[in-house]
Amino acid sequence: MKTGAKLLVESLQREGTDTLFGYPGGSVLPIYDELYDSPLRHILVRHEQAAAHAADGYARASGRVGVCLATSGPGACNLVTGIATAYMDSVPIVALTGQVPTTMLGNDAFQESDIQGITMPITKHNYLVKETAEIPRVVKEAFYIASTGRQGPVLIDLPKDVNTRSIKEPVVPEKVVLRGYNPTYKGNKRQIDKAIELIAAAERPLIYAGGGVISSNASPELVEFATKLGIPVTTTLMGIGCLPCDHPLNLGMLGMHGTEYANFAVTECDLLIAIGARFDDRVTGKIDTFAPHAKVIHIDIDPAEIGKNKRVDVPIVGDVKSVLSDMIHGMKKTGTLEAWNKKIKHWKQHHPLRYGKDNGCLHPQFILQQMNELLKGDAVIVSEVGQNQMWTAQYFCFRQPRTWITSGGLGTMGYGFPAAIGASFARPDVPVFDVAGDGSIQMNIQEMGTVAQYKIPVKIAILNNMYLGMVRQWQELFYDRRYSYTELPPVEFVKIAEAYGIDGMKVESCEDVMPALKAAVDCDGPFVLDFRIEREENVFPMVPAGAAINEMIGGHPRL
Amino acid sequence: MKAHTLSVLVENKAGVLSRVTGLFSRRGFNIESLAVGPCEEPDMSRITIVVIGDDAQVEQVMKQLNKLIDVIKVSDLMESVRVERELAMFKVTAEQGSTRAEIMQIATIFRAQIVDVGAKSVILQVVGDTDKISAMEKLLRQFGIKELIRTGRIAILRGTKTVTSSK
Repeated sequence: MKTGAKLLVESLQREGTDTLFGYPGGSVLPIYDELYDSPLRHILVRHEQAAAHAADGYARASGRVGVCLATSGPGACNLVTGIATAYMDSVPIVALTGQVPTTMLGNDAFQESDIQGITMPITKHNYLVKETAEIPRVVKEAFYIASTGRQGPVLIDLPKDVNTRSIKEPVVPEKVVLRGYNPTYKGNKRQIDKAIELIAAAERPLIYAGGGVISSNASPELVEFATKLGIPVTTTLMGIGCLPCDHPLNLGMLGMHGTEYANFAVTECDLLIAIGARFDDRVTGKIDTFAPHAKVIHIDIDPAEIGKNKRVDVPIVGDVKSVLSDMIHGMKKTGTLEAWNKKIKHWKQHHPLRYGKDNGCLHPQFILQQMNELLKGDAVIVSEVGQNQMWTAQYFCFRQPRTWITSGGLGTMGYGFPAAIGASFARPDVPVFDVAGDGSIQMNIQEMGTVAQYKIPVKIAILNNMYLGMVRQWQELFYDRRYSYTELPPVEFVKIAEAYGIDGMKVESCEDVMPALKAAVDCDGPFVLDFRIEREENVFPMVPAGAAINEMIGGHPRL
Repeated sequence: MKAHTLSVLVENKAGVLSRVTGLFSRRGFNIESLAVGPCEEPDMSRITIVVIGDDAQVEQVMKQLNKLIDVIKVSDLMESVRVERELAMFKVTAEQGSTRAEIMQIATIFRAQIVDVGAKSVILQVVGDTDKISAMEKLLRQFGIKELIRTGRIAILRGTKTVTSSK
């Protein structure tokens, strides 16, 4: 005889879970009792939202399914932002929630919330388990659904009596059978052939690579594909790291804060090869003028993404890795596309990213360049959301997939710090940084308690401008500098860190940046860096909302 | 913008209808008509949804429906030869005398049935496609429709073709 809680813990182990992030409460007491002497490592966070983000950061850094656990009602509701974040970025997590006993469901019992109903639009699938015997099957299905096809979060709601009841151990199904779920992995041969023909005929092809390349672990294939044919590559925010930033074919990020040359290339290309990307509005700007001269090939595992925002000439539904390797094998010629790459090189030379270095202030871009020099890409960099995120995407040189972790789709402030905690468990071998703003860090600052308790070596680099910087930037540019509720009073973050027993350093000048970064990396545990940066620094270039992406402000005069 | 009749085969599980309708509202698709019921497989249900949109919108609806784990199959019946039916019941004011005779005449023409007769009203039941029911409603309006209830539309392909789980 085994209790539901025991069956749950055993099921998690069967799926290879070694770490989970959670917060106890009344209806998950049976599960916590079972965890007490289980080999599973449970990390106690300070707010359930952090548990979801930590599971997400763990999943993104490792490629495995992240797991979080919360109690019913408020605990479950606090997971919502984290689950929505994972959903928008297609991250495989399994969220476990306690629930009031089945006999009380629907009665507005203490700490009851309909978390299955609440999370329907933000999960790939979710379950309310009503029979103890279902637990092993449901856990198996949840991991399978989360980690296959287009990945995403799955929630399992577990009423208390389902966890306490003892039953004879049910037979664990060997295979998951879901007749309504059959993802397509192999690309259609005829479509692939058509794509190969288009590529062979193109004079100015461009690869637009998104997060799908990373979740499909297809970086080697992407690099081979691009290099063989000499096709330049621009990546989305989520695609950063899928080929090394200093690869000659890499144009960096495109879109609203993309490089000028990436956006020029999109506007002038005659063939756009979208790979695991979804034509998000922050990428396309005004959709009618996005890649206006190009035929479009779109490779994606989710058929619903193809043709959703942009008309596509050759749709290929399939796993990016499999499709790319089929395309590499089917490719008849190799090439260098000399004229096109020469043009791009010219743009790169004359339109590089730049910032004002003259006024003696501490510029955030400089800090990121110093981080880059110190870490040489051998680190996991997580960001919060806003200017800190864009500067990191622009100025840190990522060389490996899964070393850049950020909330792209939902844009969740407060994501970075807890996600860095998760990433730190996935990658104990490298330094893990959270690049934060003073606004974002205060959204989940309580997790200093977590990193202090477990000595999790997350380094928090706060780009502190005493503003909600990105919103302030928009107010400066589009609202006549009316800084409505975006100024934040100064906070001594080092003192907050000290209160938690964490080391830290305040940095106010350029020459102190490198020593401070070194001190952070050399410290065994967590470390807080409070960089007092130029307050009104902007992220440039920038495509104003609704404009075409080649109409950037803050760029260079077009030659 | 055309009306598309979608036949959706789903797992017969708690919450499935909510997943389907939630998807429509969340993505801004309008449901014109909805009918749910059991089907030939005991563990499945069939949902017939009429949705109005252009081809791209309907294609997106179908793709999104297909992403739901509990949705087994989605078919657009619009281009196929099919039988579509709705059932409606009208409670019509009908005093004794000539009006009542007139109402019964209309019922005969529409092959409707009178399923209840009261002192001051009758209930008519009619089965047919949307146009037929609307035509009947128009004619009955002169007598005073106290209440009208219509089921959602259901549809089935003519001939041997089926919308079943075997793909």
